[in-house]
Formats: sequence, C-alpha cells, structure tokens
Amino acid sequence: MTSVPVTQSSAAAAAAEADGPFLRVEDLKVTFPTEDGPVTAVQGLSYSVEKGKTLGIVGESGSGKSVSSMAVMGLHDAKSAQISGSIRVGGTEVVGLSESRMRGLRGNAMAMIFQDALAALHPFYKIGAQLEEAYLVHHSSASKRDARRKAIEMLDRVGIPQPDRRVDDFPHQFSGGMRQRAMIAMGLINDPSLLIADEPTTALDVTVQAQILDLLQDLQREFNSAVIIITHDLGVIAEMADDVLVMYAGRCVEFGTTKQILTTPEMPYTWGLLSSVPDVSSSTDARLIPIPGNPPSLLRPPPGCSFHPRCVHTGKVAGDLCSTQLPELLPASTGTAHLKRCHLADPVGVYQSEVLPEIAPELLEETR
Amino acid sequence: MTQDPNARAEIEPTAVGANAAESGERQLGDGTSDAYGSHEVNVGDLDFRTLVEHGHTASELDPDAPAVLTVDNLKMYFPVKSSGLVRRTIGHVQAVDGISFEVPQGGSIGLVGESGCGKSTTGRLITRLYKPTGGSMMFDGHDLAKLSNREMKPLRRDVQMIFQDPYTSLNPRHTVGTIVGAPLEVHNVVPKNKVIPRVQELLEIVGLNPEHYNRYPNEFSGGQRQRIGIARALTLNPKVLVADEPVSALDVSIQAQVINLLQDIQSEFDVAFLFIAHDLAIVRHFCPEIAVMYLGKIVEIGDRETIYGKPHHPYTQALLSAVPDVKQAAVGGRRERIRLEGDVPSPINPPSGCRFRTRCQFAQEICAKVEPPLLQIGKRHKVACHFAGELGAHPATPVTTELLGVDDQGSPVPGAVPSNTQLTIPGYEKTWYDLRSKQTTGV
Repeated sequence: MTSVPVTQSSAAAAAAEADGPFLRVEDLKVTFPTEDGPVTAVQGLSYSVEKGKTLGIVGESGSGKSVSSMAVMGLHDAKSAQISGSIRVGGTEVVGLSESRMRGLRGNAMAMIFQDALAALHPFYKIGAQLEEAYLVHHSSASKRDARRKAIEMLDRVGIPQPDRRVDDFPHQFSGGMRQRAMIAMGLINDPSLLIADEPTTALDVTVQAQILDLLQDLQREFNSAVIIITHDLGVIAEMADDVLVMYAGRCVEFGTTKQILTTPEMPYTWGLLSSVPDVSSSTDARLIPIPGNPPSLLRPPPGCSFHPRCVHTGKVAGDLCSTQLPELLPASTGTAHLKRCHLADPVGVYQSEVLPEIAPELLEETR
Repeated sequence: MTQDPNARAEIEPTAVGANAAESGERQLGDGTSDAYGSHEVNVGDLDFRTLVEHGHTASELDPDAPAVLTVDNLKMYFPVKSSGLVRRTIGHVQAVDGISFEVPQGGSIGLVGESGCGKSTTGRLITRLYKPTGGSMMFDGHDLAKLSNREMKPLRRDVQMIFQDPYTSLNPRHTVGTIVGAPLEVHNVVPKNKVIPRVQELLEIVGLNPEHYNRYPNEFSGGQRQRIGIARALTLNPKVLVADEPVSALDVSIQAQVINLLQDIQSEFDVAFLFIAHDLAIVRHFCPEIAVMYLGKIVEIGDRETIYGKPHHPYTQALLSAVPDVKQAAVGGRRERIRLEGDVPSPINPPSGCRFRTRCQFAQEICAKVEPPLLQIGKRHKVACHFAGELGAHPATPVTTELLGVDDQGSPVPGAVPSNTQLTIPGYEKTWYDLRSKQTTGV
C-alpha cells in the first residue's frame, strides 16, 4: 500500500505529538439547550488514546458515549451545542476550531464508522462514487482515475469480492456485512490516525461481526491507528479493547485496562452491566440480575452519585453520602491506572463475597 | 370456548408484579410517578439480596412435558415474480424448507441462525401470519396449516406473538388501554365494562403502573414499551407465545429485566415459548432446547448442554466460536475461531445436497449428492451432517451411508435398502443411532 501524502498541518502536528497520546480529551463538557432547559449530556470527561491502542467505551443509551465521540469529530452544531474543555487530536485543539479547518481534519486525520450502514451511506450514489468523494476532498491534486483506483483498492482491502465490479453497485445491492465493510473502507481511505467505531457490529450476525472485528484489528495493526470502539457488548470489549471507559449519565464512572474492568470491577454499575448479560460459557446456575429502574433524565440529574437511585449497594455506605455528594474519580485498589467513581469503602470485598457467587459461581471456585 | 380470561382474574399478580415493583419499574400513587423512566425511580430499601432473589438462573428442561405444538415438515416458499406486464412466477425463495420440531407445554425452544435463515418466517408461520406451502402444525387437535382464516380466528387467542421493535409495533395514536384491550374486543370475551379492569391487571402483571392505561406509547421508555407488547400478547391467555427477537432492540440493562419478566410469566401461566433470537447467549439462558437453522433447514437440534457443550454440526461449531466472550478479558487477545468463507447462498437456488457444503471445511462429494437427514444421535440430539462429530473429531468417512444406502461418494449402492425409520419425526425417539458403534441404541 502506498503511503498517501498528509497535509502539512497534520504532518507538523503529528511530529509535535509523536511521543504522547494521539487523542487527549480533558474535562469535556457538552450541553444542549432544549425547551425544558439545558441538558448536560457529557461532563468532566477525560481520557486519552495512544496510536496503535484501542479504547472501548461502554454504557447505556443516553450515557454520553456517542455525544462525546461526536464532539471529537466536531459533528455537533456549533450554534446549539455548547462544548467546553479540551480535545487535542494529534496536537491540534479541536474545541472551537473553525468549520473549514475542522473539515481538513475530519475524514483525514480522524474518521468515524457509524452503526447503521444503510442510513450512513447515500442511497442515490454508487458505493464507488462515495468512496472517491472522500478521497478527492482531501487530495485536491488527485485525478478521478486515481480516486477510483484507490476506491477499488480499499474495497479489496476490506474483503469485498470482485471490487472492480462491486465499486459500481449502489448501497442497497450490498448485504449488511458488505455495507459495513464499505463504510469501513470509506473511513480508512485517507489512512486516519484516529478511528471511532460507534457500535460497528451491533446490527450484524455473530459470524459477520467476527469478520468485521478481525478486519478492524488487521487494519489497526497495518496503519497503527488509535481506535475508539463504542459498544454495549462486553464480549466485543473483552476481545478488542486495551482500555475500557464505563460511562453513566454523562460521566466516566470507571476506567481501567480491559482485564481490570472485566475481572475486578469496583463500581456497582459495572457489576450491574456484567450481571445483566448472560454468557455463552458461564454456568447455568448463574443468575441474570438486571439493573433496576431506568437511566436517569439528564434534564434533572439526581443529586450526589448519579447512579445512586438504581444502586442496590447504597446501604453499605455510611449516612446519605451517595445521595448528597458526587464521588470523585479516584484510583481503585488494583492499581493507579484503574479509576472509579464510588463511595463504597471495600468494593473488592463486596464484589467477591456477594456479586461474583451469583453471576459467575464457577469463577469463584477457580480463584479459591 | 372453554377459556375465559376472567377465570384467571383471581390469580394474584404477586410474584410477577412484585418483582417489577421492587425492581423499581413501577411507581404507584401520589401522581409523581413518571412513565418516562426517570430518576424518580425509587429503589428504596431494595438491597442486593432481594434483587438477586428475583433474578433467574437459566430455564430448566422438563423432558417429560407433552408437546403443545408439533411442527412437521413445514415449508414456506415465497414466489419470485418476473418484472414486466405479465408477472410470471420465475422461482421460489425457499425460506423454510421442511422443518420439524416440538414445542413442549410450558417449556421453550430457541431458534438461532444468521439473518435470512428462515427463523422469523417460522415464527410468522406458527402465528399464521403466513399460510404455509406445505407441512403441518398440530395444535390442540387442529392442523394450523390447513385451517382457513375464519376457522383460524378462535385459535389465534392461543398463539400470540411478541415483536422485536417496541417502537414500531405499537400504534402511536392508540392509548395503552386500547392497545392491550383490543384483543378482548376482537374476540369478544368480556363485557365492555370489564375491559379496563382486565387491562389494568395485565399492566400490573408486566410491572407497569395500572393507572397508566390512558397514556400513549410515546410516553414510555423502550423497556416499558416492550412490557406493553408483552401485556398485549398475554391478554387472551395464550398457550404458545412466539417471541421474535424480544430484547434485541433494548438496552443491555433493560434486556435482563425483560428476560426475567418472560421467565416469571412462563412459570406463572405455563406458557410455551418459541424464542427466536440471534444472540446465542440470551437463547442459552432462556431455552433449555435449541434448534440451529441454516438456509431454511434445521441443521442441529438438541438440549442446551449438547448444543453449547458438544455441538456436532460444523455450522453450529462455527457459530459458537464467533461469539465474543467476556471471559476472554482475563486472557487478552481474540479467541480462536472457525472462519466461514463467503456469504450465505441465495435461498432461491440453494446448493444441492447439504446446503452448508459451500462454506464447510469438511465437505466432500457425498455432501453435494445426498442431503444429510436430520439424524437422532443422542437422547435429545439430532444433527444433519454426513460428517457429524465433536469439534476436532469429525469422522473421515460419512456416518450416514448405511442408513441411506449409498457409498462414501454418495452414489446409490445397488440392492441396499435405506434403513432409517426415525429421521423425520418432530420429537425424539427412545432409540437413536450411535455414531461410534454405527448401531441403533436406546436408553
């Protein structure tokens, strides 16, 4: 694969940030004005992703997963969304960047893969034309023939059979898995250093899902991109991500390596996520324990810890701390890289003695 | 009709309703309750232990349960029409092609497979939203496949459906009371003034506030809407519920609530479920018995332990190996999986012989010539493969040759008589064909 000349600004930026994380988000806050008052969809969110690494973001609908990623891509309407904090992509500050400069980054240094490929691809234009456009926008000197050659090459790269013929198909002529591949091809056509995949496999069959995940990993290895994968499937997280960010009601509630989050979680919401999904290999004695209630309204978020109205462990915290004071994001007991936002004094003990025996009895026996 | 919905009105909605009440889904009284699913949910004194009590372990198999619905050699071919003025039929989509299974009374059977394999069509055939091309569906002494729409009407109350998408399956211009009460009026089972009390009782059963019967669907969250859909399906006390992807449109934390509710309903009202889903983990939890479909056929059917523990069909093995596993986090990296080449072939012109052979790594000549029968190889285990075997232990020669009277290449052996007698029945035989000894054995 030939390397594509990068634009000057991003080349300089890449040099400046060569040793640090490629994406650094600090204290991000996104507020939307609505008729009922301002809704703060994301607040106090900080994270960073290095090149070649994968960050998984998990959470329910409305937890701010997609809103924060769209802020990184600069996809919010500047007139209505109020964004504060700092987002640095390859050294460039994205918050407050003009739309014209943003356009130079978007689709070039960073790209996004959406959940619903049928909705994200334009039904009137051929797949090839849509890929070519993405290429030509960022390569003004390239000819149409170069763009077409590049489009066919990318379709081949993502495993579309007979790419030179399928390039002239319309999106509806592709199957669901092929559309998703075509969208990945479009996202990667300019070799972005940051790829955000928003629920890339949610609507797909498991066999196709496995193919798409393989493809994402191969391409990441090849291009050394930083990848953010947004999903609610903890199995996908377990197999894909290096780090995991758990979001609830617009805030990060737990952060750590995939192993830390999925084997020694310290926040009751993460426990709830783990206990509410069955597993293909777990014991049939494991109970399916839902998280009671529904996600909170961000219009009137609950005081204190935003999870406390649904938390069944608040009784273990002295007084009414949970309902009055927002817990800080503090290091957990398994290491400084593992952060959690919870008042519980001994989360490891509670998890080992109460939660684990119910949701994974076989794991407990192994550790003994 | 022998059934009177009010006959069950005496049943206290205790276990089921209380579950939902305690899990904070329902808020009664003082007008502050909030159907938007908001922070006003009061979990209150609920501690972890009581929450655990209401979570269910995986459903268990009752091997002696009689079949409430017997599906035998069911077929559904959709015609493909040519374009132009005279629209001739130029082919058929063989969406469902000769499937047989039994739904046990009060039990559940899961249908899994990739999209386009015919699992949803099967659900719609059983609810008679389509009229099947062939085969039979025996229910309560009637063959649902042969009845006219008029004869079908009184039976429809016994076979109901829960739909996938709670956002499109509820009429936005009707109140919850109208939606849930409509079946009562259609079937004219209760006097007009008893409709609302029955609706309120149903809403209580599914864990919604009974006072919300005059609200509209848009005032409810996704999980609550799915509960409305479940209440509507329960209105006429069905014996069989077809649940077509009932939780795949819901958030993860809400999925578990709905699955627990369905398990409560099953044990309380003794409803049989045909559970259709593509999420293999959810099916494993809900169904003690699972059928795997590929391109309109059942390729493997058996109890949970067999299908998930030692599947014998290459397709089932590939499907299971592709499921991402949370436990992989402790190890890191990706799990080894079986890669399937290519896409699912077109059901208009399916491959000859075994339909999976075009993507199967074990396929040989016989697979193209002879279709493998759905052979019972264990007490509760049937598989349709010439080379059936556990992962890594597939036999080198076909296991079905003697039964079918063919040689290893699939050509008929002169004078050989096919000896199978038990290949097409919907349920399980007392005896089965043992793969190791190549003999028919029994208990």
